[in-house]
Amino acid sequence: MTYMETNSNRTVASDSARGREGPFIDLADFRRAARKNADESPMRLLIVEDDRDAADYLRKAFREAGHVVDLAADGEEGLVLARDGGYDVLIVDRMLPRRDGLSVIADLRGRGDKTPALILSALGQVDDRVTGLRAGGDDYLPKPYAFTELLARVEALARRGGPQAADTVYRVADLELDRLAHRCTRSGQEIVLQPREFRLLEYLMRHAGQVVTRTMLLENVWDYHFDPQTNVIDVHVSRLRAKIDKGFDPPLLHTVRGAGYIIRDGAR
Amino acid sequence: MTALGKLIRTTAFKLLAAYLIIFALFAGSVIAYLGWHTQRLVTRQAVEAIENDTRFMQAQFERGGINRLVNLVNRRAGAPDAGLLLVTSFNGDPLAGNMMNLPLNFLDKQGWREISYVRTDDSAAPPSRALVHVVFLPGEYRLLIGRDVVEREELRQIIIGPAVWGLALLVVLGMAGGLFITRRVLKRIDQMTAISDGIMAGDLSGRLAVSGTGDEFDRLALSLNAMLDRIEALMAGLKEVSDNIAHDLKTPLTRLRNRAEDALRTAASEDEWRLATERTIEESDGLIRTFDALLMIARAEAGQASAKMLRFDLAETVAGVAELYEPVADESGLDLKTEIAGPLPMHGVRELFGQALANLLDNAIKYSAPETPGERRELDLRATRIGDRLRLVVADRGPGIPEADRPRALERFVRLEASRTRPGFGLGLSLVAAVVRLHGGTLSLEGNDPGLRVVIDLPLDLSDEAEAA
Repeated sequence: MTYMETNSNRTVASDSARGREGPFIDLADFRRAARKNADESPMRLLIVEDDRDAADYLRKAFREAGHVVDLAADGEEGLVLARDGGYDVLIVDRMLPRRDGLSVIADLRGRGDKTPALILSALGQVDDRVTGLRAGGDDYLPKPYAFTELLARVEALARRGGPQAADTVYRVADLELDRLAHRCTRSGQEIVLQPREFRLLEYLMRHAGQVVTRTMLLENVWDYHFDPQTNVIDVHVSRLRAKIDKGFDPPLLHTVRGAGYIIRDGAR
Repeated sequence: MTALGKLIRTTAFKLLAAYLIIFALFAGSVIAYLGWHTQRLVTRQAVEAIENDTRFMQAQFERGGINRLVNLVNRRAGAPDAGLLLVTSFNGDPLAGNMMNLPLNFLDKQGWREISYVRTDDSAAPPSRALVHVVFLPGEYRLLIGRDVVEREELRQIIIGPAVWGLALLVVLGMAGGLFITRRVLKRIDQMTAISDGIMAGDLSGRLAVSGTGDEFDRLALSLNAMLDRIEALMAGLKEVSDNIAHDLKTPLTRLRNRAEDALRTAASEDEWRLATERTIEESDGLIRTFDALLMIARAEAGQASAKMLRFDLAETVAGVAELYEPVADESGLDLKTEIAGPLPMHGVRELFGQALANLLDNAIKYSAPETPGERRELDLRATRIGDRLRLVVADRGPGIPEADRPRALERFVRLEASRTRPGFGLGLSLVAAVVRLHGGTLSLEGNDPGLRVVIDLPLDLSDEAEAA
């Protein structure tokens, strides 16, 4: 058992300590891979942000990741661009001149436009998030944020509603997860998972090929929006990894240093 | 504003003046009615007397003709308290009576009239007013019978004069009394205003005087004082937070700046640059977390979250957080034993309790994990119900906190000597304490021989049980 081996490693799991025991991908490698991926299907993004520097930084970073970015400097401009449509994800700052971010999203939703929208805001308390999501936002990220976190969330949003969501069986290489029967097999061998481990794997596999951050896991698998301080998620992931990757080849669940986790077919 | 102007502007005075005006109008109406009624009564008496006399005189005339009437009139007219009498021929020549200077053609018409007159027997007297009745007698004679109504005028003067003066006195005294009462009220209001001006100027220790009579001003003063207590406590908390922020955020900020500067000066290779940048990002992430934690504590302490309080089952939250931390505890050599007697309905903010429980378990794992590999220790998490209270206990088997240090452990940014070298921001327990206070509970640190027991006592939300009962 992997966790018995790591028992001697007394300190609470950190990125580097965790990296040694599982397959590990450097963020730069991941970005390159993501870029290659994006070359095939780049995302079209609209960023509505009044801070010129922040907007330029985001445009540069998303372009490096291979995506196409339009910028709008205020709410009205953002709304005009968004109404024309054609975007995969909208990234909307909450406090904007001329028209605030929440009303931009509410206006689009009122017209039946369901383009996924992520709200960026300096207001990070629980009720601010609830207000944001109630206005029609699909995700909420408080400032300041790590770009990897934003990228991971935007990519998760862009693929939302894809064919995978409706599938009852998720597949990555020889790993299969039957959501209806609550069964998991690898190479035909049954793997017994705890309910929480099942949900963790389900979330990772729904976003197969995408980086999933620890905060995303905490929010979507555990439904917590607080900061757990130590990387409790790492231990859960490492236990899951011991069950699905130990004794199989190739490893599927990878740690992306400085970002989170990704489940993917390494052979591809 | 003059002192009088200020008095007149008060609500009390305006109310009083309005009341006074209404009262005066009522009193005036009553007096007017009384006057009118008395006058009517007096007039009717005169009318009856005149009618009696008229009938009597007519009867005498019928019996004895004009001579008998003239004799009778002459006899009566001389009496000192006689009414007015006059008998004339058809062309107006007086035959008998005690009146003179009648207007020309006055006797050409029958009926009731009021006139001013002069008596023949007392021509020096000033003209007086009278009610008179003129009747025609057979043979073109005219008979005038009247009564002086000066009495009526006098009666009117007797009633109206004092009434008007009384009313004037009432208004003047009322206004004076009103000013007096208003001044007393205004004095207390002025006191309150003066104290609140002092408080607004920054002296938060000022309190309104309470006279002890339990009147509405006392009640107002008491509730304002309670509000001031709360504001003072909040301001003190805010000041403490800002002092702490200034002190404790500047330290890591300085470190961050030094590192960046150092890298700029000495970094030679790309790897060194990368390392310096990564450490800068790590340091700023730490700062962000500290800042978030501080904001959360400040919000919880300010009671801001209370608007968003909902009913939830704390047992579920405890179980969820325990499940989240169990693997970490396990890997750190701790057996997390969870005992939950649920359901535990609470009225509060679920996320805050999640964070508080995470902080408690995080601390317990950080400080009580065994040093030697292979050694196992217990970590107890218990959530039980005692009557209508909820008891939450996190008990570890670590080194614990010496009794003398326990009160300090709940303060912000305090990390006790033994733990200086471990990671953490020293905000964990103070956030827990703030969350517990926000929900009306208490937190205490006890010894666990060895180890630390954090005991939290909270009120349950038993509204549905109360309904069922």
